[in-house]
Amino acid sequence: MNANLIWVLVGCILISTGASVVGCFTFLRKRSLAGDAVAHALLPGVALSFMIFEEKSLWVLFPGALLAGWFSLLSMEAITRYSKIKSDTAIAIVLSVFFAAGVVLLTRIQAMGIGTQSGLDAFLFGKAAAMLPVDIYLFIIVDTLLLLVIWAWYPYFKLYTFDRAFAASNGLPVRRIGFMLSTLTVVAIAMGIQAVGVVLMAALVITPAAAARFYSRSLGRMIALSATIGAVGAVFGVWVSYMAPAMPTGPWIVVMLSFIAVGSFVFAPRRGLWSRYIRLRNYQLKVTDENILKRLFHLQECLPGAFHSTFEIAEVRSFEALPMQRSLAKLLQNKAIEKSTGSYRLTPEGMVSAARVVRLHRLWELYLNKRMNLPLDHVHHDAETIEHIITPELEEALLKDLNYPLYDPHKSVIPGVMPPI
Amino acid sequence: MNDFWIILTGALVAINCGLLGVYLVLRKMTLIGDAISHAVLPGIVLAYLVAQSRSGPVVLLGAAVFGLITTFLIELFHKKLKLQADASIGITFTWLFAVGVIMVSALSGNVDLDQDCVLYGEIAYVPFDLIYIGEKSVGPVALWMQGGNLLATAVLIFWGYRGFFISSFDPGYASGLGIRTGVWHYVLMGMVSLTVVMSFNAVGAILVVAFLAVPPAAAYLLTKSLHTMMAVTVAFGVISAAGGFYLAQWLNASISGSMAVMAGLLFLSVFLFSLLKRYFRKGKNSQYHLDPKPL
Repeated sequence: MNANLIWVLVGCILISTGASVVGCFTFLRKRSLAGDAVAHALLPGVALSFMIFEEKSLWVLFPGALLAGWFSLLSMEAITRYSKIKSDTAIAIVLSVFFAAGVVLLTRIQAMGIGTQSGLDAFLFGKAAAMLPVDIYLFIIVDTLLLLVIWAWYPYFKLYTFDRAFAASNGLPVRRIGFMLSTLTVVAIAMGIQAVGVVLMAALVITPAAAARFYSRSLGRMIALSATIGAVGAVFGVWVSYMAPAMPTGPWIVVMLSFIAVGSFVFAPRRGLWSRYIRLRNYQLKVTDENILKRLFHLQECLPGAFHSTFEIAEVRSFEALPMQRSLAKLLQNKAIEKSTGSYRLTPEGMVSAARVVRLHRLWELYLNKRMNLPLDHVHHDAETIEHIITPELEEALLKDLNYPLYDPHKSVIPGVMPPI
Repeated sequence: MNDFWIILTGALVAINCGLLGVYLVLRKMTLIGDAISHAVLPGIVLAYLVAQSRSGPVVLLGAAVFGLITTFLIELFHKKLKLQADASIGITFTWLFAVGVIMVSALSGNVDLDQDCVLYGEIAYVPFDLIYIGEKSVGPVALWMQGGNLLATAVLIFWGYRGFFISSFDPGYASGLGIRTGVWHYVLMGMVSLTVVMSFNAVGAILVVAFLAVPPAAAYLLTKSLHTMMAVTVAFGVISAAGGFYLAQWLNASISGSMAVMAGLLFLSVFLFSLLKRYFRKGKNSQYHLDPKPL
């Protein structure tokens, strides 16, 4: 490990974590793309301060970038506030016009031939290898400031982010808080102009926060996770460009972050696509089981003790063949039903669970009819969906409310209702 | 003559982007245009590898495919993966653009494709890539492409005027009438991808975004009906292209950058004008004329 690599690594981690922490607020306020516009809008600031000071040091260019980013923020705010133009168009206008102004200035600098102008191209796509030890101090100072401000104002920021109207009604200065948060975004983005470049810097703000959101429901944990993801991305990007020096650091950080993010969207527990799919499938299986039990219960109401063919079971509700076979096999294994020559009937245990489903169905029909005054022909469909969802507590409440009824509105017996002694 | 070709090409790009941009602005979807214009980069690089040329049908195809992939991914992240809309746009295009930049750097040295030209194009070289019929040149390739694109856009807008109109202004009512708003959405997105891709080579991503958003937004502030908005957009687009060219000559700077800056200046003056108009109207309390039509 050479010293330069360590500097670059530390610098990239500082940039990435700072942006990821601030990005949580940007993401939750749904201002991610405004962040992108700000990132693009830093370019004219960088170019102007280079024209004025004729120096490429980050310490000189950073304030210029900050001013430009801040100005772009105000422009977007002004356009949406004082005209009928919506925020998406305002973002696109500011992004393209500011960036174009930056490009004009860059080409102008090239034409004027000031000093070592060629290095300015690095601000488009970033050049992490150009990082100097003095730049690290800047990152440390900026990161510390960011964290301090967030730490000091945390409750206000949190309240503002999640419920702006409530914050306003509690007398908080919402416009100042919003402005403060936006300024933090500008500062965090401006840190990355040199290492990541203005075009891709927005990703460091948006992507880790989006990934972290899929794991956590608390803001504190989301921020910690987002910072970790940001750091992992930075380490990976630096590692790739160390292994293959032709490879740009910034884009590799972005690719790694996006990879983590997409992985999170799919595989995160609870919120991820996969876990939502599994939950949905389990629910569908449960519904099929309960519908089969219910059908067998109805059949034995007419013909107690008889076995019924799959054809009879599928007569009323057209079960799909494969899920039905799977359900029947599972119910057999759980000894809820028994089989004889290809026909089925409920076992005593199966009768209990089947009676429960039918009970919930009929209770709900009665409830809708009695309490909600729905006509008789409207209650079945609703009960058909809710019977799989009602919890034992809700069942108890329904029983109590309807005073332990024995018959549903269609005059069928509600099975298993026991009035308390 | 070269100046004329450049201005004409710029103006045609402005008209194409502006006409579609009108709908994007009205549908609050401007940023999808932005996303597409960034995300086609990997497609262009891949196609470049296959075709060994920076223009031509293969590059168009590659870019168009990635344009569609972008819209598809944005929808997928938003609808299926339940990611909020702004972040799904932001993640999709930064990611694809990063992949594109990596591909360009992996190839750098043995190809004449560089990152900067992708962003701000090279409209200055438009007059050097001419189409010849026999010995006689009939104008730059880019110009003919833009002309064809304009024809397609005009036909689409003319043919779908009512569909786009109603699905832009009142999608709820439109679907209530049985109009398939989803189909109109994808038709528009397809056309936007195509236009972005066609314009990309000539003028670069940033000018495409500027022409998609800025002239329509300025026109939006001045007009009250869709066709006048389109007419004003076209006028602003042409003025930006021509004015931008001379601005670039004067400053000795990037042409497409100057065109976008020119569009921005136009927008700024329209914006200030609308502010003034508002200011003077406020006293008279006549901002809203409600037409008391009997029911």
